[in-house]
Amino acid sequence: MRAYKSKDNVQAKAYYTDRFYVAPQVPKQDVDCDETFSSDLEAIKAKFEVKEAYVQVGQMVVYINAHDIYGVLELMRDELEYTQLSEMSAIDWLAKDNTFEIFYQMLSMTKRKRIRVKYFIENGQAVDSVEALFRSADWAEREMYDMFGIEANGHPFMKRILMPYDWQGHPLLKTYPLQGDEFAAWYEVDKIYGKEARDIIGPELRDTARVDRYDSERFSRLGFEVPKGTEITGEEEPHVESYQEEGGVFLVKKFDKESSKVIDDPQR
Amino acid sequence: MAQHKVNYTQDGGLPVALTSIDKIVNWGRSNSLWAMTYGLACCGIEMMAAGASRYDFDRFGTIFRASPRQSDVMIVAGTLTKKHSEFIKRLYDQMTEPRWVISMGSCANTGGMFNTYATVQGVDRIIPVDLYLPGCAPRPETLQYGVMLLQKKIRANKAGNAQKAKRLM
Ligand code: SF4
Repeated sequence: MRAYKSKDNVQAKAYYTDRFYVAPQVPKQDVDCDETFSSDLEAIKAKFEVKEAYVQVGQMVVYINAHDIYGVLELMRDELEYTQLSEMSAIDWLAKDNTFEIFYQMLSMTKRKRIRVKYFIENGQAVDSVEALFRSADWAEREMYDMFGIEANGHPFMKRILMPYDWQGHPLLKTYPLQGDEFAAWYEVDKIYGKEARDIIGPELRDTARVDRYDSERFSRLGFEVPKGTEITGEEEPHVESYQEEGGVFLVKKFDKESSKVIDDPQR
Repeated sequence: MAQHKVNYTQDGGLPVALTSIDKIVNWGRSNSLWAMTYGLACCGIEMMAAGASRYDFDRFGTIFRASPRQSDVMIVAGTLTKKHSEFIKRLYDQMTEPRWVISMGSCANTGGMFNTYATVQGVDRIIPVDLYLPGCAPRPETLQYGVMLLQKKIRANKAGNAQKAKRLM
């Protein structure tokens, strides 16, 4: 578990600063404990180098070399009946040893088993696309590129998928600030109105807990409303907002609060 | 929310006194507020509920249109992401004047709970807003009340052909 930290002032600042926290591992088992997995592993080992393999929470994890990935997945799909690539993405280990860990989660419907294929790449290195094998890798690889900046060689349309095409930075990197960098903070203003408009529109207000009863620009002072921008003296008259003007409106039914019926039975 | 201040009175209308023409024009405008379907996230569900039979927006003359060119009021219901921000500006510009904007829910007002890199912190950073509805999500009653307040606001305005466009800048 994470060490307890005081959460006073919790809305004003981010208190989980340990973003490189690594969760403890659950126990690993030997691959021999499962017949299907051990025969699958033998089949992979016969053609490719396997660096490490173990069973964890009922799923086999296989570490391979980065350049073998296309071959391994092709073998698994065509010969071992792992016909679905349910998920693939990357894990940022840049702070630890300047690497990314790439994982491919494979599912076999006939064997009812899941295998996770993993490998490490250096920062800046590209991976081989498996889009030709699995259509699901198409968007997953684009997302990986969008979020981590890892390119997939041989992908037919290697562009961002979630963030706009002209976005800068890769948001799922652990070094990326949650509330965005300078570019992100001004993205919409710069794009629509131009950089000159920054002064007029002003910076983003990120303090969600901010309440200021003397600020009539941004707070409506419920029951004591004043026109926008009025100086608050503390002697504002109570203000009752009616649905319509006093005299009523031509041809429109008069709604008034006194004669309206309050329904307090939610099951009416 | 943005820091700038939109001066609504400055561009509000002609320097003439209220006449019965004003009244009849505003009566027409306020009772045929066609709204643009702009459900961006979960608030959109409440907006749809307000339009459906239980709350029945049609009796206020508020009919949802799927085109900005046919609508008078844009109900921004939901989270505006930075990727989408240019489109909201484009759609707002396509609406014919006079036009009004209701910002529905915390997300549209201030970014709400999405205090992240990808969310615009309040639609009033992009387009001028007439009415802010608090809540996450506001109930359909809140939206109905908001529309009634907007009708009241329209009736208080002066109607003129030369009504100038509201601009952020
Ligand atoms: S204000 Fe709440 S309900 Fe509305 S879009 Fe945002 S998160 Fe959803």
